[in-house]
Amino acid sequence: MAKVDALVGWRNLEIGCAITEPGSSRKLKTGDWRSQRPVTDRDKCIKCGMCWIYCPDIVYSPTKSGYFKWDGNYCKGCGICARECPKDAITMVMEGE
Amino acid sequence: MPKRVGMEVSLAASEAACAADADLIAAYPITPQTHIVEHLSELVADGKLDAEFVPVESEHSAISVCVGSSAAGARTFTATSSQGLALMHEILFIAPALRTPIVMVVANRALSGPISIWNDHSDIMAERDVGWIQTFAENGQEVFDLVIHAFKVAEDPEVLLPIMVNLDGFTLSHVVEPIEILSASEVSQYLKPYKPQMVLDPKKPVTMGPVGMPEVYTEARWQIESLLRGSKKVVVRAWKEFSKHYGRTYKPIETYRTRGADVILITMGSVTETAMTAVDGMREKGIKVGLVRFRLWRPFPIEELKRAVTGVKVLAVMDRAISYGGQGGPVFTEVRSALYGQSGQLQVFGFVAGLGGRDITAAMFEQMVKKAIRYAKKGKGPLYELMGVRER
Repeated sequence: MAKVDALVGWRNLEIGCAITEPGSSRKLKTGDWRSQRPVTDRDKCIKCGMCWIYCPDIVYSPTKSGYFKWDGNYCKGCGICARECPKDAITMVMEGE
Repeated sequence: MPKRVGMEVSLAASEAACAADADLIAAYPITPQTHIVEHLSELVADGKLDAEFVPVESEHSAISVCVGSSAAGARTFTATSSQGLALMHEILFIAPALRTPIVMVVANRALSGPISIWNDHSDIMAERDVGWIQTFAENGQEVFDLVIHAFKVAEDPEVLLPIMVNLDGFTLSHVVEPIEILSASEVSQYLKPYKPQMVLDPKKPVTMGPVGMPEVYTEARWQIESLLRGSKKVVVRAWKEFSKHYGRTYKPIETYRTRGADVILITMGSVTETAMTAVDGMREKGIKVGLVRFRLWRPFPIEELKRAVTGVKVLAVMDRAISYGGQGGPVFTEVRSALYGQSGQLQVFGFVAGLGGRDITAAMFEQMVKKAIRYAKKGKGPLYELMGVRER
């Protein structure tokens, strides 16, 4: 399941387990339970950005080169990017392969 | 010194919340708690208590408003009973988890079914494990004092947990007793203004009640358990301080004529006064019997219980609730469990009595004691016994 950057003991939990700093969900990495990951074949990729647009978890981000970078810390492996890619450049592969 | 006045105990509970200068009351009327909220609504309407009174549409909403109000830093009070307490159930767990020091009076009443508006402890025993501090009053003065004490303990930075003050519905809530009602200024010497440690404030935003992932949930639950167990010293300290201010002394466990006793009756709540009469009668007949009463039920006062029954051979424990399909009433099973492995020949027997308003007489207590003595001589008794139940 999710990993938190710094796990604390019960004595150091905030009162009532409250979150006192904004943006703390960035520390919560939610991608490690996926069973498949998308792999982009850059020879086929036309930099259209459909993966970036369709991803429900904002896992892809634009880069200077025009390709889209994938962030495995948050990808759940849903496969929407592979399905929507107009050039079939994205393949879902089993984790561990 | 304040004057003793004749007052219905329900109203004394309201007067205590008023003297404690509660900031918000959210409650839904339910028999036999109704007079408590009615009177609080009067006190607010008449300007005697400067508080927000939220007339909600259910007990689920009442306790939810209380959690929000307490999280915003307001001194928060509510009261309920029976089905109302049961309807609060899911939020009852959340109040301690959010560390909201709500004070709630529970006018104990049977749970349906069949429908019963009368007194027993089945409502509170179903909420035994929700993480609230729980105290039980015996008489009207104690109700008033325990409510004041509850705010002191709940709001202590070492605790910050909600408290239920239990009083028996009708048999205590609806009787008129001579009660010393402390004024707000007298109470303010003992109970300082609430200083919340974590508060909802737009100037410093926090998120209360977020999801607890498996990496955090265990620690979060252990925090509540550790705080609840640790709260006993604050409960006791607050009673000692109360005694210094107002002269009335309270302890987690009350004993009556336990010196030299071979048998001890264990009770909770207002029926203890009847039990005292029964003990006096039995002592006159030469039966060496004493009485122990739980005032503090959560956290369970294990050490105090052990001390109170040292040297005793037989315990007769009375419950006011059935634990369906279990091994006896909750008080009985917990007492027996607390004393398991003690040295000596201590035998513990359980009795359930007074369900749904059935009278508990002094004669019934005498029966329990005599049965316990008989079972102890035989070395065995029934799993537990329901007093006075008709078979046909």
